[in-house]
Amino acid sequence: MRALVELENVSFGYGEARVIEDVSLRLDSGQYAALVGPSGAGKTTLLKLVLGMLDATQGEVRVGGRPLRDRPPARVGYVPQLETVDWNFPMTVEEVVLLGRIRRSWRWPWASREDRRCVRQVLEQLGIDSLSRHHIRNLSGGQQQRVFLARALVAEPDLLVLDEPTTGVDARTVDSVLHLLASLNRKGITILMTTHDLNAVAAHVPWAICLNRRLIAQGTPEEVFTEEILSETYEGEMLVLRQDGMLFVHQKPHGHAYSDVMSEVLSNE
Amino acid sequence: MSYQVTIILTGVLTAASCALIGSFLVLRRLSLVGDAISHTVVLGIVLAALLTGGITGIPTLIGATVVGVLTVVLVELVTRSGLVKEDAAIGLVFPALFALGVLLISRYASNVHLDVEHVLYGEIAYTPFDTFVVAGWDLGPRALWTLGGIGLLDLLFVLGFYKELKLATFDSALAAALGLSPAVIHYALMFVVSLTTVGAFDAVGAVLVVALLIVPPSTAYLLTDRLAAMLALSVIAGAVSAVGGYALARLLDASIAGSMATATGALFALAFLFSPRHGLVTRQLRAAQQRRRFAVDLLLEHLRRSERETQADIEEEFGWSSGQARRVIRDATRRGLLNPAGDRLSLTEAGRSAAASAGRI
Repeated sequence: MRALVELENVSFGYGEARVIEDVSLRLDSGQYAALVGPSGAGKTTLLKLVLGMLDATQGEVRVGGRPLRDRPPARVGYVPQLETVDWNFPMTVEEVVLLGRIRRSWRWPWASREDRRCVRQVLEQLGIDSLSRHHIRNLSGGQQQRVFLARALVAEPDLLVLDEPTTGVDARTVDSVLHLLASLNRKGITILMTTHDLNAVAAHVPWAICLNRRLIAQGTPEEVFTEEILSETYEGEMLVLRQDGMLFVHQKPHGHAYSDVMSEVLSNE
Repeated sequence: MSYQVTIILTGVLTAASCALIGSFLVLRRLSLVGDAISHTVVLGIVLAALLTGGITGIPTLIGATVVGVLTVVLVELVTRSGLVKEDAAIGLVFPALFALGVLLISRYASNVHLDVEHVLYGEIAYTPFDTFVVAGWDLGPRALWTLGGIGLLDLLFVLGFYKELKLATFDSALAAALGLSPAVIHYALMFVVSLTTVGAFDAVGAVLVVALLIVPPSTAYLLTDRLAAMLALSVIAGAVSAVGGYALARLLDASIAGSMATATGALFALAFLFSPRHGLVTRQLRAAQQRRRFAVDLLLEHLRRSERETQADIEEEFGWSSGQARRVIRDATRRGLLNPAGDRLSLTEAGRSAAASAGRI
């Protein structure tokens, strides 16, 4: 397998304020991996390092065998956290998706016929071609996710990086987004995403990376979703249930033993 | 060229170039940075004047843009220290530089023919008299040449980097990931804003430039859902304000700069109230219309089940006042859904089928 993303002893931040500390990680071409960890664990920072939006303070990040310092990775698609998007920006769905073509398009301010054809094709593929003239404010959570996925796909990426694609959408949409990612992965696109939804990872994603400033563990969900590893990752008690080959993770309330909380609830009744 | 045409043309060029560049300030939530730059460039103008002895030409443009960009850099440095929030940082940096400018003008102005009034409030009425003379040839008012050049530069900048500006404004993270430096685009934009602001000085002065930078784009923002259309509408709103403002100034015999700024505000108020999609009044009207349609649907559905009722029955059924009931019945009759004759209400053929289709929803 060819290594697509390599992090070698990467740190970001200084002294006490290190967000990422000495992380070495390798993502092979064709992998589908989820980055999990508590809020503030450095997940988004790690994505930004991979995308070349931040420079590592120590160590080296290589994408496609090249150090990021030399050149930005051209064939990378990026789907931001939906809550960071300005949904009132004067743009239609088609225009948002066209932004993804910027490196493959011509210099003129308008889109080329080739651009439009490519956008149409991806919108059809994702089942949202009927929305292309809609303003982005009039979309549901699942549609928003698909629009930004489309924008990443029109760049014809080798690597797709998604920040929290499972946040802010309902359970059914989480399912359909993760299925969509799996089918893109089967077509050869390498995927790296962050998420808080451990159960969705256990059910749909073949590879999990546990991060809490340092790399805690990585492997299949079966391997790494153990109470020991997850408790270390989340710095709290985690409950892992296994039944009929299914994995169910539950985070116990922080700082309290589960039984204490339950007895408190019962005594209040 | 006649005196009036020169003034109007100057105003239109100023307003149009400010509106074009200002659109990006509004979308990037940098309206206050625009305000800050438009004030601090005064310092640049004064410094250039002290060095060269005049307030026109290339040295002024250079001085002003340098200080304009310096303003943005300082605001960013102060913000990045983490000790002060961004709005406060703007509030710290811009009065400091502006005050220094005012101080220098009042101390040394007599040496360099610079007056505070001109810099602060502009003097568009004098622009026709300051002509551009090259080797004995009178090429017309200097302001038109300067503003024409700046306007052209703005246009080329926006057209040439349209996609980059759009992407970096909407999603700077993706821009960075694709290898387009958002910082470079940001500073390029700030450079152009500074340049445009200096150009606008002659027309409206430092205090009111911000009205031209921010108000027409905000007007356009309410009128459209597309960036290209917003840019075009914003330029049109700016140009209309300039012409309208001049007319207003003549009418009231008042300051041209003040009238132009007032005109931008009036256009904004119109869009705010009557914009097809977002206008306050439009939204109210639309809601009222929906309520009326709903009331008619309700009435039809009721009559479909029990025909030949009187208006009094209807009032009792829905708890409507007699005025309300009369309006609903009139609406339905006008749309040909009710038979007009008699006290007893009955549905027409069209009314029956409308009721059937409304009932299904």
